[in-house]
Amino acid sequence: MKEVSYYPGCSLHGTAREYDESIQGVSDLLDIRLHELENWTCCGASSAHCTDEALALALPARNLAIAQKSDRELLVPCVACYNRFKVAEQEAKDHPERLSVSYRGNVPIRYALDFFSEGSILETLKEKRVRPLTGLKVVCYYGCLPVRPPKLTAVKDYENPLHMDRLVETLGAESIPWSYKTDCCGASLVMTRTDIVRKLAQRLLSMAVEAEADCIVTGCSMCQANLDTRQEEIKKEGGGRYDLPVLYFTELMGLVLGHKNVKKWLSRHVTDPFKVLSKRGFM
Amino acid sequence: MHPEQQRIVQETSFLSEVVRTSGENLQACYQCQKCSAGCPVADAMDLLPNQLLRHIQYDHRDRVLGSKTIWICASCYTCSVRCPNNIDIAKIMDTLRHLAIHSGITPGEKDIPVFHSVFLDEIKSRGRIHELSLIFRFKSKTRDFLKDARLGWKMFRLGKIKLLPSSFGGVKEIREIFNALEKGEKR
Repeated sequence: MKEVSYYPGCSLHGTAREYDESIQGVSDLLDIRLHELENWTCCGASSAHCTDEALALALPARNLAIAQKSDRELLVPCVACYNRFKVAEQEAKDHPERLSVSYRGNVPIRYALDFFSEGSILETLKEKRVRPLTGLKVVCYYGCLPVRPPKLTAVKDYENPLHMDRLVETLGAESIPWSYKTDCCGASLVMTRTDIVRKLAQRLLSMAVEAEADCIVTGCSMCQANLDTRQEEIKKEGGGRYDLPVLYFTELMGLVLGHKNVKKWLSRHVTDPFKVLSKRGFM
Repeated sequence: MHPEQQRIVQETSFLSEVVRTSGENLQACYQCQKCSAGCPVADAMDLLPNQLLRHIQYDHRDRVLGSKTIWICASCYTCSVRCPNNIDIAKIMDTLRHLAIHSGITPGEKDIPVFHSVFLDEIKSRGRIHELSLIFRFKSKTRDFLKDARLGWKMFRLGKIKLLPSSFGGVKEIREIFNALEKGEKR
């Protein structure tokens, strides 16, 4: 059994709870034990780095300092948290005096998509898959922070990443090439300039439809929310009619591994994923 | 100009402040406009990223710190990874937002700085973001209570809205971090 520390982050305890539930579910089936960080707190997200540099380092560093009490890797599913953790790690190495919380910079920080698309996990998936997604056509939507900036993420092919594509192909689905893999969804602007997010989401949705995808797959809770929840408003504004489910890669993993709670996870989506999954015979 | 005078002007200029604070050599910008070509939110900006850099080079402090651009930037890093001169433009945007907050200049975007400020208030009071409380905090400032109400209700029915914040033992430490940094700032 593999043991890792786990930092869910705030959104996974709220609007992205199906991401949290599916990560826990597939980890269980893959023999990975998650140890949630005790008394973890918010990483500060965009708001801290946009307004206060010292706070933007102290908030993630506090959580990393908790993680450094064990020698386990730290699994981080939210890319906003992941980015802030990597920034704090870099600062801890280069300018430790800038951190008001003591942290040495030695915890291996693993973004969930990177972690689950590793070769050894893909091998286990091949052995354990009970219901391959043959015939399901997906576009992999990475978004920004899972790949950028590469000096922090260490993703080499950041303009055309392929690790999620390899993962979904291992699950039996067809990953359709498209040019919008790493385009921004507008992220936290959804609260303040929803018009911008609708415009970016509309472009991503229309390109996914043009690629003839059955669904969009992502590993980012902001991307998921922005694309999943704004489809009706886009239609009302005359931006086209979309009915395109946006799924977490961990939900597809759960489906393939035959997890008993998959239906519960999928029932939390605003855009119904059951129609397309039934049409393809997976429900 | 006397060389000493020139040195003082250079060191106290807005350009040198941005260079010093961000650590980025933005004088290297030769206006190829690649940042603006790839920027996903450029059409909502009042100054394109390359124009913003030019204004900084010209020391147009008020124009830059009062721009919409610095708040519209979504920190997606597309500009930073494509700049042929390796200028981390997204990082400069962070620096400009920090300077803008302390400048007293009216921000070019009304709601975005307010959102960031209530987001940090929420962390300070609870340690974690409780989304529903955050939304109420924000709406009490913008007074726009109807926006997203329908969607919110739908998400509530889908079980995506957590009604009560969770209780855990990290809040005291978070307040100490905030208080220590606030005191440091005042010194």
